[in-house]
Amino acid sequence: MSEPRYLIPGATGDWEVVLGLEVHAQVLSTAKLFSGASTDFGAQPNSQVALLDAGLPGTLPVINRKCVEQAIRTGLGLKAQINEWSRFDRKNYFYPDLPLGYQISQFAHPIVGEGEIDVEVEEGEWIKVGIERLHLEQDAGKSIHDLDPASTYVDLNRAGVALMEIVSKPHMRSPAAAAAFVRTLREILRSLGTCGGDMEKGQMRADVNVSVCKPGQYEKFRETDDFSHLGTRCELKNLNSMRFIQQAIEYEARRQIEIIEDGGKVDQETRLFDTVKGETRSMRSKEEAHDYRYFPDPDLLPLVLDPAWIKEIQESLPELPNEKRERFEKDYGLSAYDAAVLTSDTDRGRYYEAVVETGADPKLAANWVNNELYGRLNKEDVDIADSPVSAAQIGGVIKLITDGTISSKAAKDVFEILWEKGGDPAEIVEREGLKQVSDTGELEAIVDKIIAENPEQAEQVKEKPKAMGWFVGQVMKASGGKANPQAVNEILRKKLGL
Amino acid sequence: MSVTKDEVRHIAHLARLRVSEDRLDTLASELNGILDWIEQLDEVDVEGVEAMTTAVESSLPMREDKVTAAGDRDAVLKNAPKSEEGFFVVPKAVE
Repeated sequence: MSEPRYLIPGATGDWEVVLGLEVHAQVLSTAKLFSGASTDFGAQPNSQVALLDAGLPGTLPVINRKCVEQAIRTGLGLKAQINEWSRFDRKNYFYPDLPLGYQISQFAHPIVGEGEIDVEVEEGEWIKVGIERLHLEQDAGKSIHDLDPASTYVDLNRAGVALMEIVSKPHMRSPAAAAAFVRTLREILRSLGTCGGDMEKGQMRADVNVSVCKPGQYEKFRETDDFSHLGTRCELKNLNSMRFIQQAIEYEARRQIEIIEDGGKVDQETRLFDTVKGETRSMRSKEEAHDYRYFPDPDLLPLVLDPAWIKEIQESLPELPNEKRERFEKDYGLSAYDAAVLTSDTDRGRYYEAVVETGADPKLAANWVNNELYGRLNKEDVDIADSPVSAAQIGGVIKLITDGTISSKAAKDVFEILWEKGGDPAEIVEREGLKQVSDTGELEAIVDKIIAENPEQAEQVKEKPKAMGWFVGQVMKASGGKANPQAVNEILRKKLGL
Repeated sequence: MSVTKDEVRHIAHLARLRVSEDRLDTLASELNGILDWIEQLDEVDVEGVEAMTTAVESSLPMREDKVTAAGDRDAVLKNAPKSEEGFFVVPKAVE
């Protein structure tokens, strides 16, 4: 195993950080997990609440088949064990946005067991992150504390929406690795169509377990699976952006190291990240933490899955980002980097394949999508779905380059016009006179003229063949930038006797 | 198994039940009586017997993914002691 690159210097030497994540992902479904209320985001407060979601007596939960299917689909996408027998438990705690007084969750018997995903932390640097489990549970409502100094306002629209809690093993060892894990997981869920993945809308939220240890301890833990080799962990709750995940980990690791080096002990506790101050602070008083008194929910029978159904879902799984990346490298001859960038986002991969389908050269297509198109999209803050230049248009430009009609430089001008005004690439080339001159007779005449005008340079170039670049430049200039550089090179070499 | 007075106080708090101090001893002893009685089950040999999770021999019925609850806000808020602009309003509860 390679040395972790993330070392934190302390007074007693270097420290390492060990991270495990719990990601809450909202299930994409029309109705809630146990009620028939809508899951739409942004509705008027309490307008999407079934009586069950409000915890009113006389109501009973009935599970939504789609939510179960989505959990199975996600489990299969994480290459995880699907448990044909699982059960729902009540997790008891008291809070205004949880009107039942308990969350229906899965504690002892989750629907999905162990799996594993490949995560690229930095370019070309892959780690395997174990998945501990995935279980289904209800989301809570929303408490708003800033509308009134003495009261909390509660909106139960979100109460009862299905969540998948995906728990990783403590296999990440840097803030960047934790963020990369969340990013990879989000792409998997999005390709599977099981979660929207929008962190700003709260569709995905992460809790991070942070502990610190001395170099060598983590390896002992991996060998023995014995957690006593690691430090005491703190759980950082509800981080809703990649940036906050990294900032919170950095702060928390330093806090723990300071405590230990001052001779103290880290308390196992839940902490909140203050995004304004950039600090973590203790959330719940110790004696009440994790006293959830789980027990099997008597309102719900065990969830028993038909193996034929699991098989059916398996067969309908789409291609996952990592599989797509490998196929792009193999089928299109792309570099690992280009393939990774193109598959980092479902829409980008789809756009790229549409360009290739027009018959465009795959490598050129990768350059054009990643550099020209995305350079422009990012600069103007436009989403690829709203790109003013279509895949067919880019494909058209690339074909004009490969058949020698235009130079790469002229192609950029065509792209500019397509972005601003649209149109057909071939027609634009015609109209704007962007065709490059490949006609040998015409080019020879220019070359002859330049050699005749510069006899000294023509002599020098025989000693220093590298100086030919100067001639190429002159010919290009004389042709108004339209000469085919490849043809110019050939003619020059012939005429200069190189 | 033996429940202490402190544990009764703690459990009552978790369940948001107000129990006066002079009732704690009685409750502890009653709870211990119940637990002792249940503990008799430990005497039964259950070697090789699969745990029974339900008395009903069927699995969980499922519902289609359709919106069937109309979202009747007035009905939902009707029994709330206090509501305002569609929200439930409760005493300030910040962690």
